[in-house]
Amino acid sequence: MTPAESRVILEVSDLCVDYASSSGTAKAVDQVSFELSEGEFLAVVGESGCGKSTLLFAIARLLSPPAEVSDGKVVFSGQNMVAMSDKALRALRWRDLSVVMQSAMNALNPVSSIRAQFFDAMKAHGESDPKVARARSQEVLSMVGIDPVHLASYAHQLSGGMRQRAMIAMALLFSPELILMDEPTSALDVVAQRSLMVQIKQLQAELGFAIIFVTHDMSLVSHFSDRVAVMYAGQVVETRPTRSLFDNPLHPYTRGLLDSFPSVYGPKVLVEGIPGSPPDLTDLPVGCNFSPRCPRATERCSAGEPALCEFDDALVRCVLYEGGTAGGD
Amino acid sequence: MTEAEKRPQDGASNLVRADPVLEARGLTRHFRIGGLRGHTLHAVDDLDMVIAEREIVALVGESGSGKSTVARLLAMVYRPTSGEILFRGRPVSSIRGRRRVLAYRGQVPMVFQDPFSSLNPAHTIGYALVRGLKLHRPELDRRQRQAEAERVLAVAGLVPPAFIMSKYPYELSGGQRQRVGFAAALSYRPKLILADEPVSMLDVSIRIGLLNVMARLREEEKVSLLYITHDIASARYLSDRILVMYAGHLVEQGPTDDVLHNPVHPYTRLLLSAVPDPRAEMSVTSADVGEPPRVIDPGEGCRFRWRCPLATDVCAEVTPRLRSASPDHEAACHVTVPGSVPRVVAGTGR
Repeated sequence: MTPAESRVILEVSDLCVDYASSSGTAKAVDQVSFELSEGEFLAVVGESGCGKSTLLFAIARLLSPPAEVSDGKVVFSGQNMVAMSDKALRALRWRDLSVVMQSAMNALNPVSSIRAQFFDAMKAHGESDPKVARARSQEVLSMVGIDPVHLASYAHQLSGGMRQRAMIAMALLFSPELILMDEPTSALDVVAQRSLMVQIKQLQAELGFAIIFVTHDMSLVSHFSDRVAVMYAGQVVETRPTRSLFDNPLHPYTRGLLDSFPSVYGPKVLVEGIPGSPPDLTDLPVGCNFSPRCPRATERCSAGEPALCEFDDALVRCVLYEGGTAGGD
Repeated sequence: MTEAEKRPQDGASNLVRADPVLEARGLTRHFRIGGLRGHTLHAVDDLDMVIAEREIVALVGESGSGKSTVARLLAMVYRPTSGEILFRGRPVSSIRGRRRVLAYRGQVPMVFQDPFSSLNPAHTIGYALVRGLKLHRPELDRRQRQAEAERVLAVAGLVPPAFIMSKYPYELSGGQRQRVGFAAALSYRPKLILADEPVSMLDVSIRIGLLNVMARLREEEKVSLLYITHDIASARYLSDRILVMYAGHLVEQGPTDDVLHNPVHPYTRLLLSAVPDPRAEMSVTSADVGEPPRVIDPGEGCRFRWRCPLATDVCAEVTPRLRSASPDHEAACHVTVPGSVPRVVAGTGR
């Protein structure tokens, strides 16, 4: 699936995250496994509540109670992040792995300047020379296309697009190997969104970091990611190279999701979307989680939970593709 | 060009020329900001628009373009700074008094963006609907109100209606709540529903169902819709006509497919080039980073000129007016509208 020659930098295996709630335990992330190679752009897509952000937070170990990693491993640069001590984690964070949050307005401190926040981050990770810190801050801001004079600015003085760029600049301070992005463009207008995506892609080409990009908007990543993982009810239901996923979605949910986007240029057809709504995570259906909404469901689907199986260039969790052959296609 | 503009009846499909439900002429709304220094924010400037009976008009633009202000002006939440709104030929400004304003709001209801905060969490869906009916349709008795509430819920695709009526908002999903919003709007027997980003907070698999409900309202309930959105793909899916706003100005309008296939205004072109479409090849990207429009004390001239690759000197001096680019399709641009005549040649009448 990934080019053999490139080095695997992140290995997630059987990761499970539970939320304890009064109505029982919700499995927000359920046995998610994938590998990420150096410089790869992986998009994680799904609807709200599918566990995509929880997955990202679990990888970065940013979960707070009632969420808890109940099983599985996250191996980053040879170390298991799940079992790591706080101290070891602190050394790793931001230097090797950084995070860009969804809402830059809330993620940036409103009462301190961009400079102060950049300096803070550098100081916390061992760079206390103000000269170096200033030079590096200016450098990363220029990289994302913001005039370094904005180091003196506060978050409210920047436009939404600039704030997100500043967040990305901050994530780049130590040239990390992996940047986790949680819907960084969702608050932006289409033009700004597009421009930011192009910029992320350019920076990636220059600096070679890997990206896990969480989004609910599949069409956004269609031209940018190398691989897409589609999540539904806590599970990855399909992982595939981006182009083939969009050209020929395998899992009925992926197909439904793609068909939910009316086209801007293609033929104007009636789109139906997916009937019903995502399941309650504390009360999942028997067998395949998607079966109650699936147009191709049979009795087999409620017989047992389908396994993730290889099919063509994909990993897909659906009985239709078990044994490497497409059933009834 | 002027001939084409004035040709009275041209073709059968021209919904624009059917009876207008609502018309805005020179609609303007300014906000004073910045205390005594007295800056003025031009949210909407000199906007003309017509919504015909049973027509779905999409109003698209980015944040800060003034599209929500237009909705609020039409809903009588704001009074216009200048300009006029005509509802079925009568000026809205002449509507005075609580009962008449209420009657207008029943005929032109609004559906809001956020289905999580637009319903009262302390009451059931049934209570909310029945209360709206008591206010807007006092002629109905109790049984009729109940029946009407059930009917509109069913039209909005919420079945079984009696079951939904017993629910509290927190018991419904976002998509269901937004359907309740449309059901409530529908129960007032509206002529025109103002829907301000009704699907933007919903998941993609849910969105399309709601767009289909909106289409059904037009077909079965014969209402017109103003669909305000930043999502061009859904605007295309739903609307007959599209209006593009930028920085308070209407910059382009026309039949939806016409505007999307032959965009005239440079802003519309930019917007379309930025829309991600997985089915299409990636389009060439301009260097535009999507900076917000300048609407505080904007002065004369085209407001897109700061970002426009085609801007000329005249763009900074003369505010372009909407001109006909092809039949029914207008754009406000000095450069791209064929036969558009900047000041120098004005009056020679080509």
